[in-house]
Amino acid sequence: MSQLRSDWPLFEVFLRGKRGLNHVHVGSLHAADAQMALRHARDLYTRRNEGVSIWVVAASDITASSPEEKDPFFAPAGDKVYRHPTFYDIPDDVPHM
Amino acid sequence: MTAVDEVELRQHFEATIAHDQRIEPRDWMPDGYRNTVIRQIAQHAHSEIIGMQPEGNWITRAPSLRRKAILIAKVQDEAGHGLYLYSAAETLGADRADLTDKLITSRQKYSSIFNYPTMSYADVGVIGWLVDGAAICNQVPLCRSSYGPYARAMIRICKEESFHQRQGYELLMTMMRGTTEQQAMVQDATDRFWWPSLMMFGPPDDASPNTARSMGWGIKRHTNDELRQRFVDMTVPQAQKLGVTLPDAQLRWNGERGHYDFGPIDWQEFFAVVKGDGPCNSQRIEHRRRAHEDGAWVREAAIAHARKAVAR
Repeated sequence: MSQLRSDWPLFEVFLRGKRGLNHVHVGSLHAADAQMALRHARDLYTRRNEGVSIWVVAASDITASSPEEKDPFFAPAGDKVYRHPTFYDIPDDVPHM
Repeated sequence: MTAVDEVELRQHFEATIAHDQRIEPRDWMPDGYRNTVIRQIAQHAHSEIIGMQPEGNWITRAPSLRRKAILIAKVQDEAGHGLYLYSAAETLGADRADLTDKLITSRQKYSSIFNYPTMSYADVGVIGWLVDGAAICNQVPLCRSSYGPYARAMIRICKEESFHQRQGYELLMTMMRGTTEQQAMVQDATDRFWWPSLMMFGPPDDASPNTARSMGWGIKRHTNDELRQRFVDMTVPQAQKLGVTLPDAQLRWNGERGHYDFGPIDWQEFFAVVKGDGPCNSQRIEHRRRAHEDGAWVREAAIAHARKAVAR
């Protein structure tokens, strides 16, 4: 059995598909450091011009909400229907609304 | 976690599946689901990685610069597909080094098709046409897999597989316009790869005990036999257009079923190859193990360099 283990940390990869769009998460990869992660991300995730800009971030540096706290965590937005334009009744004949 | 909590979590999981929504990495999921998805993704990833070898065999002997560039791009894609999939498996808590270890110690499997040798350049074309064609049949429904990261990886992969199949078919069309020797090479490659391609869909439904559970979980969308039939129906007209004969005397259109009937598959051969007795099993694993071990100093040097840069 092989005793070799890869110590290379995991990086998450975000791509901007083209100018005017946000960076979007596309996957992850292992690299020795951030510079190598960028190069690997180029080779792995943009072989067909899928991106014009790449972000990489060490997976261990990401703080995420937990699915278990789903309801309480997102509750503050749940009961504020007045934040949406459809909450307000405006007669149909009012133009440009 | 209390028993009541677990019942609630399970209900939430099952409702998510029932609504055809995706399960995401940090969601609660039953251990059986997690393990089944990890095993399926790992087996798929290993297939892509081992799948580089049969075609990589021909890179140095490609007949033209054009074919060489195409073949290199294709083999690079296989590496990329393997890495997308390992990345998806890691979102479930699998460890990359551990997956590699399981492959090179034969504790996890890869597709039996890659244990067949590539004897001529026509094999490169037939692998693109039949093997990648069968893979596409298998993979398109997986773009709707219930596990989000797997489904998203499959969408990327399917887009790229289309190039693989088309380059293979174009290569074969070119050879079929060539000399009688070249035409005979295409027929020979077709003869050798047809049946193993049909085996890629796995054992028949009545010998595939986990299919029902996997379909219930949305990990699998169609049975092995359904996908195999779909592949045969798609491929017969392509073979006719190409001018090759598929090596099955019982292959004929069945108007009543609206499908092609085909002859029995040699499942003994399939199980022998899966078990390790195919023509190239040990060669494939040995090559992968050597590549991994030969690369150890590069991985170690890179991490040493990175640590030094941080210390500076």
